[in-house]
Amino acid sequence: MITGRALNRVDGPLKVTGRATYAYEQWEAGRPLYGVVVGATIGKGRITRIETAGAERAPGVRMVLTHRNAPAQGPRDESVQFEYWRAQPVLTGPDVRHHGEPVAFVVATTFEQARGAAGLVRVEYAEGRGRFDFAAHEAEAYVPEVVNAGLPADTAVGDFAAGFAGAPVRIDRRYTTPYAFSMPMEPHACLAEPRGEDLVVHVSCQIVDAAWASVAATLGIAPERVHIVSPYVGGGFGSKLGVHAETILAALAARELRRPVKVALTRQQLFQLVGLRPTSSQRVRLGAGRDGRLAAIAHDVTMHTSPDVEYAEQTAATSRSLYAAPHRATSHRLTPLDLPRGADVRAPGEAPGLLAVESAMDELADALGMDPVELRIRNEPDVDPERGVPYSDRHLVDCLREGARRFGWKHRPATPASVREGRWLVGYGMSAAIRGHFQGPTAVRVRLEPDGTAVVRTDMTDLGTGTYTILTQVAADGLGLPPDRVRTELGRSGYPRSWGSGGSWGAANSATAADRACAALRGQLLDAARSDPRSPLYGSAPADAVFADGRVRVGDASEALDEIVRRHHPEGLEAVGETAFMGDDPNYAAYSIHTYGAHFAEVGVDADTAEVRLRRMLGVFSVGRVLNPKTARSQLIGGMIWGLGAALEEEAVVDPRSGAFVTRDLANYLIPVHADVPDVEAVILDGHDARANPLGAKGIGELGICGAGAAIANAVYNATGVRVRDFPITLEKLLPGLPVDV
Amino acid sequence: MSDSVTRAVGRSRDEGDRLTTVTLHVNHQERRLAVDPRTSLLDALREQLRLGGTKKGCDHGQCGACTVLVNGRRVNSCLTLAVMHEGDDVVTIEGLGDPGDLHPLQAAFVECDGFQCGYCTPGQIVSAVGMLGEVAAGWPSHATADVADPRIALTDEEIRERMSGNLCRCAAYPNIVAAIRGAAAGGPG
Amino acid sequence: MRSFTYERAVAAQAAVAAAARDGAKFISGGTNLLDLMKLGIERPTHLVDISRLPLRDIEELPGGGLRIGAQAPNSDVAADIRVRTRYPVLTQALVSGASGQLRNKASTGGNLVQRTRCPYFYDTAAACNKREPGAGCAAIGGYNRTHAVLGAGSSCIATHPSDMAVALTALEAEIELLGPGASVRRVGIADFYRLPGDTPHIETVLRPAEMITSVLLPPPPPGRQLYRKVRDRASYEFALVSVAAVVSAGQGTIDSARVALGGVATVPWRAVEAEAALRGRPATTATYRAAAEAAMRDAVGQGHNDFKIELARRTLCRTLAQAAQPVRSG
Repeated sequence: MITGRALNRVDGPLKVTGRATYAYEQWEAGRPLYGVVVGATIGKGRITRIETAGAERAPGVRMVLTHRNAPAQGPRDESVQFEYWRAQPVLTGPDVRHHGEPVAFVVATTFEQARGAAGLVRVEYAEGRGRFDFAAHEAEAYVPEVVNAGLPADTAVGDFAAGFAGAPVRIDRRYTTPYAFSMPMEPHACLAEPRGEDLVVHVSCQIVDAAWASVAATLGIAPERVHIVSPYVGGGFGSKLGVHAETILAALAARELRRPVKVALTRQQLFQLVGLRPTSSQRVRLGAGRDGRLAAIAHDVTMHTSPDVEYAEQTAATSRSLYAAPHRATSHRLTPLDLPRGADVRAPGEAPGLLAVESAMDELADALGMDPVELRIRNEPDVDPERGVPYSDRHLVDCLREGARRFGWKHRPATPASVREGRWLVGYGMSAAIRGHFQGPTAVRVRLEPDGTAVVRTDMTDLGTGTYTILTQVAADGLGLPPDRVRTELGRSGYPRSWGSGGSWGAANSATAADRACAALRGQLLDAARSDPRSPLYGSAPADAVFADGRVRVGDASEALDEIVRRHHPEGLEAVGETAFMGDDPNYAAYSIHTYGAHFAEVGVDADTAEVRLRRMLGVFSVGRVLNPKTARSQLIGGMIWGLGAALEEEAVVDPRSGAFVTRDLANYLIPVHADVPDVEAVILDGHDARANPLGAKGIGELGICGAGAAIANAVYNATGVRVRDFPITLEKLLPGLPVDV
Repeated sequence: MSDSVTRAVGRSRDEGDRLTTVTLHVNHQERRLAVDPRTSLLDALREQLRLGGTKKGCDHGQCGACTVLVNGRRVNSCLTLAVMHEGDDVVTIEGLGDPGDLHPLQAAFVECDGFQCGYCTPGQIVSAVGMLGEVAAGWPSHATADVADPRIALTDEEIRERMSGNLCRCAAYPNIVAAIRGAAAGGPG
Repeated sequence: MRSFTYERAVAAQAAVAAAARDGAKFISGGTNLLDLMKLGIERPTHLVDISRLPLRDIEELPGGGLRIGAQAPNSDVAADIRVRTRYPVLTQALVSGASGQLRNKASTGGNLVQRTRCPYFYDTAAACNKREPGAGCAAIGGYNRTHAVLGAGSSCIATHPSDMAVALTALEAEIELLGPGASVRRVGIADFYRLPGDTPHIETVLRPAEMITSVLLPPPPPGRQLYRKVRDRASYEFALVSVAAVVSAGQGTIDSARVALGGVATVPWRAVEAEAALRGRPATTATYRAAAEAAMRDAVGQGHNDFKIELARRTLCRTLAQAAQPVRSG
């Protein structure tokens, strides 16, 4: 088996030599024009005057688009099921809905000319009264109809109020999480290239099908005229699920000017134009017996949303399947603010939700005087406590026990603030991890060429997730070929449609579809050989067929695949495999399908300055079957480090006077650097979840972040005795609680 | 490169921006360019020489994706002007190795899975080349216990501190450190 | 970024002459100037490239000091064995700043005159007296977690971002300047920076077209030297608080002390009150506390940065205690 092996990334040699070409680096269309987006400098109001003459006269300028001359675009259509597939019109009118919203677009011969001319666009505004301050408006929240992923906003089981009131030990705490950004290393970029009536759109995106639909709907052109190309994507983390102003503006200008036009957002514009994780205020109530068994759980979340495009992160949904308790309730509320729209950021829901809930569980363990690992084991449910259906393959307790053993959890300081090593206060913390597994419609075509090589094609993307590699592995096994005879081609519309990369569903969807395509191909090959008197396999029994080493073997007889193909299908032979939307797959109704994990962290807190530094971290995960342990581990570690960022560093701050994000670059919006990251290890338990799909594989890309921040937060409490409920845990929040005597 | 000079100068007549000629030695090849004085070394590499391996992540020296070697030293190519580099030797990721003939650090990054999306990767690798040279020269870092000691041990802590100017949002950090450690020790990682 | 003309200076005097032109600016490492030009904050029309002037050497001065050429990259200064052994606080400060790549490019002179990283200074849509005199200060009443608690006024609360300059302040460095007409003068670093007052856009005593040619380090002061930088992440971040300390203690008594602070003030801050509170006093925690109190006596918080006052006290206490330990022999 090639699948399950730690194969190096097949796209690795291209990436480490700088030869992998991202959207902005395509040159086959010749020298493009360069576009620069000009953003609004107010948070709310109306453009009263816009002066473009100076920019238009500047050297090299080909076009200045504003709301006055922008081509007509299709409206955002809410009858289209998912936001990312909808039209995303820009420069539609004089209204400014948030700081940085595009007000003009300058296209010039060179980047320097476009950027220079962008500085010459003069805009005057009538400033309106914006709502920018979450805390000031939190009480004005409304109830959304549904939350993200189509989940209900509120749920209730039993009688929470009675259950909580009757519990001998109660935790009732509020946690807050900040605005946060995906911040992929590659800024959002697009090169739009007109070819006759067609438009080729090189774009950095996660879902080619969504980009395709969205560009066509926005520009009002026939979808078959639009061609999306996205072979390499420099990270997305949710922010590239849909396309944004850069893509629409490049496409509009390219069509108008009949020239290729390329645009990359500036790093600062990523804080304005590609969505963000909403800020949240989360009340968590836990009622338990003295034995630690939960009687009641409630998780109530209020978040901000854009007034124009509702986004309700499913932050409380994480509490619906994690622990047993007879009485339970969850709710989501939204407060409209005049800020950039909320959008999916890696592990939407679980990332902020588990920060709160798993901190609260630590507080409960502390109140009970119970080991936090034991508390979680004691609340392990038999069936999904809200849906009442069995779990497909739940191994949370295995993760907890294995993690505790490997980490040396028994050495955890029993009393907070009791261990000091030199200037460091040392503490241990842990957290559980859970994330729902999703399945969506994805098609993959596998083609066997007459030379005996195979080509896998789908419009699926590889954001660094490893898609190129795992599909190569699955197809190699599916056809019995060595992996170097399989080529995987991704990221083009026109290839079989997929649900793309997002929601951690990409690997399971595309690998299952590829596996099915291979099965269909095997059947066709075998049928051809068995019915052909010229084949050594003529008349053989199909059940005994083995595909290996480029041959199909039945008993002692065998024939090379390329011979069968050449004889029967001289142009090559292909088949398509598919997965269904989870709503159409009975397993997803009959079972509660998740991935699980347990995080363990050790931190040091400087006794003088309260600087927090992670010392080591371990995650143990259950994700079904692992297709490639090397790429899987990398994604899990990456997620854990995102948890480190969420716990200690990442925070985007809005100035409530202007509606502008103050922390608007990578010097002010801190994400972890090398020096922040010591030994971080991820261990994956052997597994196979047959209910998820025939391969038994589930999503990995977001599980690592789930709960990771809470483990670090709990370690900070263990080190200092100070509980910070307002994330991130920066030193000023710890300082007042530290011992005075330094 | 006379072709690009002609094209660029022709454009300048049309467009009114004065161009300056500069000669760079890029990956051991002499490249003569006509550049707008505003053009960063990064944009000159990417847009004029079409060496797309050097990446633009922030354009403000806050991420390290644009790291190249100038006269053997790692620098952020986004924060320097192309016109300032007359006669300079520039090495980009393309100059270190080819897909079929990887530099030991490139091979170690593949083996250790020191990247995911790949966008920060060229900068990480070029930075690591420069960094190892700095360690060999005995330069101290913030992780060096005694800065007066001219001998530097290449500990993981030293690697992490010295590589902190290269952000990786996929957070492949532990694997990057393993790759650098391995390559520095002469192994594949 | 608006268009500019460019010239490469071949001699110092010619550079100064060229910079006398209206709208002209020197460019050296460029790591801060280009950052600001891309955002339209600096808008020179002519750049005079001084990076190739023969001002890169580090030379011995009679009496045991060093002359550091203004074009010496931060990396070279940090790695110079004379700096490392005689002025370790300077090396420590340099290597705690920025990244390896930036230190390879940033020059000594450029580091001294780098601009604040106040996010409102960087946001051309926000009010900033430094960027646009008279426009107001959005940081006052805004998000000011990183801002100054010392040396601030009603017009500006932005911190000076340099680590190097804090160490140079403790070392009482002098800055040599070359002006039009071959005029040469030396300014002590304490006199080089100006408090914001009503003119926060004027940050130093540099005269028009005047160029930094070198930094002069007097012979090292007695005692142990330490630089301690406090920040949110472990590297690649500006200081929330930093302390440069040179403490000479013998027989349980502090003979002399130099203390400078970074991250808390509008200029690299010499804590003279703390030094006075240390001199001749017993090397005890009580003394360090008294010195820390004295250093921060006039500190004023702006809300989000209130914590810096206590953080600076605690950092000072700890750093002084470490610096006052007897110097190891060998």
